[in-house]
Amino acid sequence: MKVKLLFFASLREQLGRPAEELELPPSVNTVAALRDHLRGRGGEWSTVFAPNRALRAAVNQDMAQPAAPIKAGDEVAFFPPVTGG
Amino acid sequence: MKVAIQREDFDLGGEVRAISKKHDIGAVASFVGLVRDVRMTLEHYPGMTERAIRQIVDEAASRWQVMDCTVIHRYGELAPNDQIVLVAVASAHRGDAFAACEFIMDYLKTQAPFWKKEHRAAGATWVEARVADDEAAGRWK
Repeated sequence: MKVKLLFFASLREQLGRPAEELELPPSVNTVAALRDHLRGRGGEWSTVFAPNRALRAAVNQDMAQPAAPIKAGDEVAFFPPVTGG
Repeated sequence: MKVAIQREDFDLGGEVRAISKKHDIGAVASFVGLVRDVRMTLEHYPGMTERAIRQIVDEAASRWQVMDCTVIHRYGELAPNDQIVLVAVASAHRGDAFAACEFIMDYLKTQAPFWKKEHRAAGATWVEARVADDEAAGRWK
């Protein structure tokens, strides 16, 4: 299934891209599984998606917990804890 | 209810007047956040940022009497003393206006997707999230 990935702030800079379209195997169907999947790319990806790194995720522009499901066509964003205001 | 995510500056007086027109409004509480001592760039998540703030305003309106509300948050390049964020809440009485205004600010700081990058002589660095901000939002639970 195909999903749209977005990266913001320090993640965008470290990964060298703001967005990408990605075809996922059917087993990668939660935010946590996607995070593991991306970490498996190695290099910067293993640093950015390391288990101890504080990350937040959103699915279709709503904050999402690690167990949140992902389905075809979703927009999934990863970013650091927010610092607005 | 107005939520705006914009590069441009805003006028506190004009925004407060705009939500003060109904005759049953007896109180407007407002907060303005400013850049302190360092130049910064504010990044946001177009679409989600506005959506997240609207959800926070809706939550405030379910807890307190919110007769009108304006939230403006800037993004882009900001300099020391620039205004960053405005929250203004109109209600019949001050208690609801104060509480809703503070609630919206506390939640905005932990839930709305904005990221600050500070530009200092030594280089540019992303601001780390503060535990104190999570605690401030947590006390409303």
